[in-house]
Amino acid sequence: MGGWAIAVHGGAGVDPNLPKERQEEAKRLLTRCLDIGISALRSNLSAIDVVELVVRQLETDPLFNSGRGSALTENGTVEMEASIMDGPKRRCGAVSGLSTVKNPVSLARLVMDKSPHSYLAFSGAEEFAKKQGVELVDNEYFITEDNVGMLKLAKEANSILFDYRIPTIGTCGAGAAAMDSPLQMNGLPISVYAPETVGCVVVDKEGRCAAATSTGGLMNKMTGRIGDSPLIGSGTYACELCGVSCTGEGEAIIRSTLAREVAAVMEYKGLRLHEAVDFVIKNRLDEGKAGLIAVSKNGEVACGFNTTGMFRGCATEDGFMEVGVW
Amino acid sequence: MGWAIAIHGGAGDIPLSLPPEKRLPREAGLRRCLEVGIAALKARNHPLDVVELVVRELENHPNFNAGKGSVLTTSGTVEMEASIMDGKTMKCGAVSGVSTVVNAISLARLVMEKTPHIYLAFDGAEAFAREQGLETVEMSHFITPENIERLKQAQEADRVQIDYTQPIQKETPKDAAVADGDSQIGTVGCVAVDNEGNLATATSTGGLVNKMVGRIGDTPVIGAGTYANHLCAVSATGRGEAIIRGTVARDVAAVMEFKGISLKEAAAYVIDRVPPGTAGLITVSSTGEITMPFNTTGMFRACATEDGYSEIAIWDSPSK
Repeated sequence: MGGWAIAVHGGAGVDPNLPKERQEEAKRLLTRCLDIGISALRSNLSAIDVVELVVRQLETDPLFNSGRGSALTENGTVEMEASIMDGPKRRCGAVSGLSTVKNPVSLARLVMDKSPHSYLAFSGAEEFAKKQGVELVDNEYFITEDNVGMLKLAKEANSILFDYRIPTIGTCGAGAAAMDSPLQMNGLPISVYAPETVGCVVVDKEGRCAAATSTGGLMNKMTGRIGDSPLIGSGTYACELCGVSCTGEGEAIIRSTLAREVAAVMEYKGLRLHEAVDFVIKNRLDEGKAGLIAVSKNGEVACGFNTTGMFRGCATEDGFMEVGVW
Repeated sequence: MGWAIAIHGGAGDIPLSLPPEKRLPREAGLRRCLEVGIAALKARNHPLDVVELVVRELENHPNFNAGKGSVLTTSGTVEMEASIMDGKTMKCGAVSGVSTVVNAISLARLVMEKTPHIYLAFDGAEAFAREQGLETVEMSHFITPENIERLKQAQEADRVQIDYTQPIQKETPKDAAVADGDSQIGTVGCVAVDNEGNLATATSTGGLVNKMVGRIGDTPVIGAGTYANHLCAVSATGRGEAIIRGTVARDVAAVMEFKGISLKEAAAYVIDRVPPGTAGLITVSSTGEITMPFNTTGMFRACATEDGYSEIAIWDSPSK
């Protein structure tokens, strides 16, 4: 056992009708991020540096729901949140309500390293960002055409169902296609919106674990709504034993303190990583839909989800590498 | 079995030499709030209603760091936060960055019951409060002269203060080993169980004196300052950053479940693992047990059980 390991995710809960082209695009991005993380690990960067680096990549790419490409609030704006945790001393940092910070995960890291606090939000977080001199942009930078369309769909979801991304065969064609897929997450048909929060967990050669998660949150969310991603113990957790990042229905993840749960069963029940992940996914989610990625200090990597699919990738020092959707 | 209730008014470096004019009003406040809780339990109210009711009383009391009497941010403003959780349904609600809502805990409850979300903050939370017709006031309503003074002291000492710390003597060097500046007030919370084993918890606070604007502590973070499930209900207080990192409230229940130990042992175990001087908690189990451990100098607290036992305490007591 031992050696480094890394896992990344781009959200749990995938539309089974998602066009092949989108699936391939997602896999390419996950592969690229894994490669960046692997390179960094080979250059002896510490786990905490690697998770930040990789999540920055995911935030910058507009594909998933974080940074650029974030889901929109009910007002059509972007409010981003993120958290990061360093296993060895369980230091942590989190941010919520960001609207101009280009890389939320890096601000979360600065909260951890450069402030006396663990969690800053909204205008206070933006002020801190200015003082720290991080890169700031207009809110428009984060908004993509895709998501403007999705917001419209989300608002209409109760009356008309059609999937913006699936080519229409006829006036009723797309609607029928969506009806065939009655899967719902967060109260919305999965064809309209799937979570696509991003995250990364790493254990480096020294056995240090770290985790980071970043998101734009729930499509059409109330302004000011905070989900699981910035909450230590829910969306993100790392300690001496492991690092965990979750994605899915935020409320379900919070209720089950999902990330902490994996570590708790390892710590208090002595389960190994894979058993802990399986146990937690099977027993702690009830009606909730979610997924997670995790690494252990022994160089193991695992993922689990009770959703239809999760965009993910993982790699270990012995050469194992895998990227998947289903 | 029977019902049980515990309340706290904050843990910290409460000096043993606390003068009567500071001690008596707080003891009286705890006594009154405990009585409100007891009456509600006797009248067969659901624990969720009981904890909300009691925390509302504690928020309205100006000598505790919640609602009126909240400590101030570095800008001299008030940013309150609160959370509530039902152990049976595991439903929860939380708010942060609230500056005009008279009872943040009631707003947290409304988030839980009237939105598809768990946690609302700042402008969004304030807007929701108005939509719901909750009582709102000018921010000055919450600000007390004591807290203006505390902020001044903290800024002079250029430090961030936790609930309950000693007054700064002007001649004391800044880097004295003893805990930081003055506070003498703290977060508030209530946990309760009825005689059917239904559990609930609620926590509310103004946060840390001189905190950065936008700083969120453990109180609204489910699993850190507040947690309840079918085993127990927990409300924590102290240094927010340590409680978040230690997932304190969640761990009490997790340790009970996974190690199969008692409420008292689990709570003591968890408190032992956070740095000394940083935390305290109150917790009740589904079978009506209560424990209130802390690793600070003191914790303003009170509890009662259906068999007639009741206690109000600040420092160490035999039945801790």
